[in-house]
Amino acid sequence: MRWVRKISLRFRSLLHKDAVERDLDEELCFHIERLSAENIAAGMTPAEARRAARIEFGGTESFKEDCREARKVDHIQEFSRDIRFGFRMLRKNPGFTAVAVLTLALGIGACTAIFSAVNPILFEPLPYPHADRILMIWDRSDGGVRGSITFGTYRELVKRAANFGSIAVMKSWQPTSSGAGMPQRLNGQNVSSTYFRVLGVSPVLGRDFQASDDIPNGPKVAILSDGLWKRQFGSDPTVIGRQITLTEDASFLRGNDDTYLVIGVMPSGFEDVLAPTAEIWSPLQYDWAVSTAESREWGHHLHMVGRLRSNSTLNQGRQELDLIANTQVPAYPRPPWASLKLGFIVDSLQDDVTRGVKPALLSILGAVMLVLLIACVNVTNLLLARGSQRRGEFAVRTALGAERPRLIRQLLTESLLLAALGGVLGIAVAVIAVRALVALAPPGLPRASAIGLDGWVLAFTIGLTALIGVLAGLIPAVHASRNSLHSGLQEGSRRTAGGHQWTRGILVVAEVALALILLVGAGLLLRSLARLFSVAPGFDTSNLLTMQVQESGHGYIKDSVRLRFFAGALDAVGRVPGVTAVAFTSILPLTSDREEYGAQFEKDKPGSGQDVFLYGVTPGYFELMGIPIHRGRFLDAHDTTGAPVAVVINASFAKRMFATGDPIGQRLKLGPQKDWDTIVGVVGDVRQESLAADVPDAVYINTTQWEWGDTVLSLVVRGHADVALLSPAIKQAIWSVDKDQPIVRVSTMSELLAASAAERHFVFVMFEAFGIVALTLAAIGIYGVLSGSVTERLREIGVRMALGATPTRILALILRQGMTLTAIGAVLGLMGAALASQALITLLFGITPLDPVTYFGVIALMVIVSAIACLVPAWRAARVDPAITLRAE
Amino acid sequence: MSKPTDLVQGTLDLLILKTMAAEPIHGWAIAQRIRDVSKNILQVNQGALYPALHRLEQQGWITAEWGESENNRRAKYYSLTKDGKKYLQREEKNWDRLSKAIGVVLRTV
Repeated sequence: MRWVRKISLRFRSLLHKDAVERDLDEELCFHIERLSAENIAAGMTPAEARRAARIEFGGTESFKEDCREARKVDHIQEFSRDIRFGFRMLRKNPGFTAVAVLTLALGIGACTAIFSAVNPILFEPLPYPHADRILMIWDRSDGGVRGSITFGTYRELVKRAANFGSIAVMKSWQPTSSGAGMPQRLNGQNVSSTYFRVLGVSPVLGRDFQASDDIPNGPKVAILSDGLWKRQFGSDPTVIGRQITLTEDASFLRGNDDTYLVIGVMPSGFEDVLAPTAEIWSPLQYDWAVSTAESREWGHHLHMVGRLRSNSTLNQGRQELDLIANTQVPAYPRPPWASLKLGFIVDSLQDDVTRGVKPALLSILGAVMLVLLIACVNVTNLLLARGSQRRGEFAVRTALGAERPRLIRQLLTESLLLAALGGVLGIAVAVIAVRALVALAPPGLPRASAIGLDGWVLAFTIGLTALIGVLAGLIPAVHASRNSLHSGLQEGSRRTAGGHQWTRGILVVAEVALALILLVGAGLLLRSLARLFSVAPGFDTSNLLTMQVQESGHGYIKDSVRLRFFAGALDAVGRVPGVTAVAFTSILPLTSDREEYGAQFEKDKPGSGQDVFLYGVTPGYFELMGIPIHRGRFLDAHDTTGAPVAVVINASFAKRMFATGDPIGQRLKLGPQKDWDTIVGVVGDVRQESLAADVPDAVYINTTQWEWGDTVLSLVVRGHADVALLSPAIKQAIWSVDKDQPIVRVSTMSELLAASAAERHFVFVMFEAFGIVALTLAAIGIYGVLSGSVTERLREIGVRMALGATPTRILALILRQGMTLTAIGAVLGLMGAALASQALITLLFGITPLDPVTYFGVIALMVIVSAIACLVPAWRAARVDPAITLRAE
Repeated sequence: MSKPTDLVQGTLDLLILKTMAAEPIHGWAIAQRIRDVSKNILQVNQGALYPALHRLEQQGWITAEWGESENNRRAKYYSLTKDGKKYLQREEKNWDRLSKAIGVVLRTV
């Protein structure tokens, strides 16, 4: 209870200061009166009595001060006084305040924006309960590459992996919702019934999938995302139990019925990190009992996640999976291509999802921290300069009795105030920057929807601001309070530059070093991008328009109908004015398209084989793309249904498989094929996933000769300049053949080329922006220090000139001072950059982190910029008139 | 008295608290009573009294109320709080122990 009373008393002293003072006055009055009365009773005259009473009391003011001190509210009052004084000081120097606040706002804003992007991706746990128990399981293929899982493997693990409470598999699914209006292709997933249980989130309306939904030829059910429910069904709560019409790939038929029953809707905050754009889920309904080699149950095409039991650890899970992989049991036979002989790759879901972007994001975070440091150093320098201007003020304060801690406290309050202003403005900067980030972000960025300013980010900003305020203000505060009274009160005849200059010089050296590190990073990334884009893609990328055409619907059950549609589309598009050539391909280069099958060569022993990319193309594809022929011939219109199956392979594949001898005429079998195909040609290598990735082993076959036909093909069109303008006409042409087929992913090859390097490009843009800011700040820093130095040395320069120094000599003197700082900073920066650039290794391409060209270029840039920054003050020094400065004493 | 030392301050607190143990009392009367009871040996300086009173109030041992004095003037009356009573008892015991110990040392050494 005592503390309650204490606190309320403190509040009263604080808020009702006047009333409390009046009380005290009244109390003292009363006491003096009684004392006077006593004195009068003892025989003094009234005047004498009052005087005696007063004397006995002592000086009332200092006495009142004692009382006030006893009330112990001084600290708070002092603080508020400091703040008001700080505000006044900042207002009196608008230039300094503006520069400092802007610098800090830039630094804090950039840092906050980057943190708000990086936090949900790297630091925050995934939005699932006990997300650290969710693991991603991959099949390990040659070279340690992560490979997809087969359904048969999934079956085996479900029964044998005891450490996992539930396991699920999924694959992407793009059904078309038909009905009124344009056909709309939805993004979704086919999943096992355990999928949402593994993630730990249940539908908020309706129910989750059950095992009874996931049986072959079972009822067709679907769960919708909140977004789809709002968009398509207007948040109608009676959507459960409704039927929707979806058509899908003709190759995985389920009969003619394609109406789905909606059984559930996911909650609005739900994020499916494995497929961020998925809006609809439906059970896989694969067949447990089937075990033929051709069926999809043994194809590598599924992704697998599992949730550990609460008493199992990641290592236990890993070890168990390894054990299972190494011990094949008779109950679960494995075909040779799914033998699991290399084991599994197991990672926590969070690590797996962020694996690709982690190095990029961490390096960007590091870069922005460097920028913040530089901004901090700049503001410290500014404060130091101001401190030396206010020497007189501090000397007077000290003479009036202020102790050193008091002065330091006041100066820190001022710098905290500055930081607070910078922080508030920085939040505004951050809001804009976050929007820019989301717009610029590479498309594959995981958890991009969670980027934004939330509570954590604001807390980060506040903490950062406070830290900056203290850091930036500490050195100037210590410096300013250190000055002796003597030199402070003597305004004139300052002969030496003083200790201030030392500190400011060191700070500038630090700035230059940090800026250099950033610029080297930017330079390395720039060269990487240049190297990357100089890699030959293997085909002519100019004037090429692409779009993905899917044929779906039960009219297309038969292959012949499907092929007729594609042929008709080719025809129609070919007649569009401006089109010089057109073809289809099942895999489009420079996209993430994948269609892999096992290739078995006749010359090798049975059972051996490897995965190849199977490109299903139409005649004229190679000529259109500009892929050169090395041996033999291209595929043409004669290689069609009924004719002997002909294939073409790429050059590096041919060289590896047929080091000696001619590949032409050799035979191979692909995937589930029963008869041999003949190699009729060898063509040049084509990059597939990106310019940086290795060229895949490729086999080309005509769509008419491949029985397991693709229902999604990419149209490639070559035209004269500005192919993009042909897009509407081309779409119309395709729809003239069949108006119900969705057309997606329309883009020119140049756009795809740029997008394939999107991540590196994004990091580069960040580094470039930061590098420019850092360089500017460092230049300003050099300019500021030299300027201050020249001002302080005006008298010295005057003396020198009077003694015969020419303006050129003075110019050289000042320049040398500035360039020395730059040189020291550059050397330190180089060493720092050599170390720091190691962190960028995964992002570089074609160059080492110690690339000499980059380093020389950056040093040259730094030297030029700092020379310019030095010139202005040096010029000012050279124009000093000794008569004026010497007389000004 | 100039700024009192800690020991003297503690003792003064004890005296002040004791005077208000029986009933509420105002500052002037506290000084008077201490002087009278100690037969003019202990004369409390007003410059030390009021800061002490304010400090004791801040610490929560005593509480104050405005009331009417004997000659119908407004005066601030102080009284002990519950915590203050306990504190007074503790400090009285401590003072007893301390003074007895000092006495023993002075007699024997």
